[in-house]
Amino acid sequence: MSATGIGAPVRRKEDFRFITGQGQYTDDVTRPGETRAVFVRSPHAHANIKSIDVSAAKTMPGVIDVLTGAQLASDKIGNLICGWMIHSKDGSPMKMSAHPALAATKVNCVGDAVAVVIAVTIAQGKDAAEKVKVDYEVLPAVVDPAKAQAAGAPQIHPDIANNTIYQWHLGEKKDVDVAFAAAKHVTKLDIINNRLVPNAMEPRAALADYDAGTDNLTLWNTSQNPHVARLVISAFIGMAPEHKLRVIAPDVGGGFGSKIFIYPEEVVCLWASRKVKRPVKWTSDRSEAFLTDAHGRDHVTHAELALDANGKILALRAKTIANLGAYMSTFSSSVPTYLYATLLSGQYNIPSIYCEVDAVYTNTAPVDAYRGAGRPEATFVVERLVEVAARQMGIDPADLRRRNFITAFPHQTPVIMAYDAGDYNASLKKAMEIADVKGFAKRKRDAARNGKLRGLGYSTYIEACGIAPSQAVGSLGAGVGLWESAEVRVNPTGSVEVLTGSHAHGQGHETTFAQLVSERLGIPFENVSIVHGDTDKVQFGMGTYGSRSGAVGMSAIVKALDKIEIKAKKVAAFMLEAAEGDIEFKDGKFTVAGTDKSAAFGDVALNAYIAHKFTGAELEPGLKETSFYDPTNFTFPAGCHICELDVDIETGKVDIVNWTAVDDFGTIINPMIVEGQVHGGIAQGVGQALMEGAFYDANGQLVTGSMMDYTMPRAHDLPSFHVGLTETKSPSNPLGMKGCGEAGAIASPAAVINAITDAIGTENIAMPATASAVWTALQKLQAPKAA
Amino acid sequence: MATVSMTVNGKAVTGDVEPRTLLVQFLRENLRLTGTHVGCDTSQCGACIVHIDGIAAKACTTLALQVEGASITTIEGLAEPGGKLHPMQEAFREHHGLQCGYCTPGMIMSALDIVRRNGNNLDEHTIRDQLDGNICRCTGYHNIVKAIEAGAKAMAK
Repeated sequence: MSATGIGAPVRRKEDFRFITGQGQYTDDVTRPGETRAVFVRSPHAHANIKSIDVSAAKTMPGVIDVLTGAQLASDKIGNLICGWMIHSKDGSPMKMSAHPALAATKVNCVGDAVAVVIAVTIAQGKDAAEKVKVDYEVLPAVVDPAKAQAAGAPQIHPDIANNTIYQWHLGEKKDVDVAFAAAKHVTKLDIINNRLVPNAMEPRAALADYDAGTDNLTLWNTSQNPHVARLVISAFIGMAPEHKLRVIAPDVGGGFGSKIFIYPEEVVCLWASRKVKRPVKWTSDRSEAFLTDAHGRDHVTHAELALDANGKILALRAKTIANLGAYMSTFSSSVPTYLYATLLSGQYNIPSIYCEVDAVYTNTAPVDAYRGAGRPEATFVVERLVEVAARQMGIDPADLRRRNFITAFPHQTPVIMAYDAGDYNASLKKAMEIADVKGFAKRKRDAARNGKLRGLGYSTYIEACGIAPSQAVGSLGAGVGLWESAEVRVNPTGSVEVLTGSHAHGQGHETTFAQLVSERLGIPFENVSIVHGDTDKVQFGMGTYGSRSGAVGMSAIVKALDKIEIKAKKVAAFMLEAAEGDIEFKDGKFTVAGTDKSAAFGDVALNAYIAHKFTGAELEPGLKETSFYDPTNFTFPAGCHICELDVDIETGKVDIVNWTAVDDFGTIINPMIVEGQVHGGIAQGVGQALMEGAFYDANGQLVTGSMMDYTMPRAHDLPSFHVGLTETKSPSNPLGMKGCGEAGAIASPAAVINAITDAIGTENIAMPATASAVWTALQKLQAPKAA
Repeated sequence: MATVSMTVNGKAVTGDVEPRTLLVQFLRENLRLTGTHVGCDTSQCGACIVHIDGIAAKACTTLALQVEGASITTIEGLAEPGGKLHPMQEAFREHHGLQCGYCTPGMIMSALDIVRRNGNNLDEHTIRDQLDGNICRCTGYHNIVKAIEAGAKAMAK
């Protein structure tokens, strides 16, 4: 392994600009004549708009224009869409409501935008926004997904009965029912997977610039997938033809899924820029982010596990109500279906699984993919059921898992997925060693002497990443293919630019992708640049989410590098006056087999461009190759997380004292970056388990609408983590990679809740398990003893 | 409009601002020093932390007019004029103390204040406790803690 090649903990190329304050995030970009957009948002969760009067606002200082939904409609700007078709079990298509970028007649959640002020400064815009008079007829709201389908519940979209988007199912109900009837033991759990606010530290932003001279529109946008944004804004919203719209996603300060989606604000900025013929910028403040960023999770589930007398799992069934909020966000429909129920087999050999999912509208912010997207929800269901079943049956939780692990691959689950490789015993064993599970009983006794209840919780998770083969996702309803593109440009001096359709917003692609190219071409790491996030530079790409940029994005680079090598060998053959078949390439050098003739990579690159050694008829000059890589399967990262924690008996406060994560991500390009991804994922999962939760009151007001109310994990809430790796290569891509971006968030909530319930001796506790919730649970448990 | 003067990263600056202009707006919009970020609107996240007369403060909760005559240091003012990085900046890179980079300027400015208050030998508990005013969503803090511990030690050299 070279110091900068595959497997080396190379320090990141991108860091210099960030640690010196020279990053270029969307809000840092300015254009001459720039104006600011300030949105007028609904204070009501559900209301008819009787009238909007913008006349007073228009006369305010600095105001250029005030635009409303009526104008948006008359300009024929299309609705936002959800791009994944789900069919209900009766065969009917999902019920997608209209979603205009500015509401014209009705608002369906607090924060719904009804007008936009375009002003010279933000302050002037905010002053004017307060002068927009909106006459609302307030309607009753529904926020609880479990109540959304009830008779008499407020109807959010008039043409969609019972607020029901779809009633979907997966698996064979009959087989599952038979297995349950024969089971010796059944474990049942009611689970709420709490609603989360992604809270990437950089708030969303959009800067639109219309060039009247060329009729071109440019959008700088906080996007994880600028090409998909351009496609949707062009093809569905009809803002501009695709070739007249450029989308640039510069430095993006975290995404976690929330910046995949196409939002009203960028649509309005583009439209407004064309109308006022000036650049229009909007930067979300955090309060707007809480109200309008797509939230995550929000499932209400009843789940059951059937086992035989030996703890062998026979079947699993689950019924889930998924809250998708007021409108269907871009990929919202896929999250509680094909990203959720398909993972309900976990790491276990489960003969039969059946899952029903009802997706519902409520008067809350839209819900869509958030780090893990469906897979954390699935893991939580499976890992809670398994843990509770083990305790109920008096079987050691690790042992019950071992009895049911899949050990032969490939393994076809009853819920679509075909696991290609893994060693679940290995990750469990290694995690138990690192966590010193053997010493736990003693540590528990020691903790008890200090007034603490110590608990230990496992989570042996699996996820489907490297999303995904286009044909497969197409057959499941996706409106797009999920391949990735790469273009490798070798310059005449031998340096290289790689244009990738992946997009980095913290993942360090500029470093890891360069490591791959450096190793493969035998050129210095410093001589490789990674270009991404600009539709004028990169032809097309699907972007970054679903832990796909290694397995899919880097595979595309590998395929393009293969082509570079083939072409370069042809050039070298002319240079070295040898047969093409005799040319070998290793460590940056082309040699002729059996001779001492050689040419360095840089010389071959130069010769490819000066073209003095071959005619145009023999070979095209230049050295640039493109590849579109479509994977053959999902990848299946898996592992074991073990959480050890103390519960303070007096206060219910939980302190995590030890966290062990052992993950199998296949091939690792940069272990430093991989570990960082794991750390961050665990923090978000622990946040979900202990602190975070988005709560609406009965009127649909978000009561956790700022970082003063919504508890973000801080440094003192978390321990340092013990991270280990096991490795089985994925056979589904040329590098053997699996993906590491979401594992921590997927694994960790179940580990925390399993540990808390172990500590206090209860079966179930809801997330977030705050000190107050744990203390309340403790009082209930102790009450019978006191009496 | 009112006129405000201060020293920013060693340079005297003057600007005409509305009285309600925040220090972070003055830095970002008037001076185009965009390394100082805004991550929330409730003084919680610390992405906007700068030093006012050597002491860390949240520039999102400070009016520009409040710091009339003060000396401000932002993330852009930490490296030496020749480009040599401050040891704390180096430590963040060496220990992978950043991912998306958005919270990073505030983290580094806050880290320096922790060193000012507690000296160069910092333990994990102190760092985690005193990093209370900064939020990072990417790193889980693990490597930020390591970076601050190492950066503090390197500053003593």
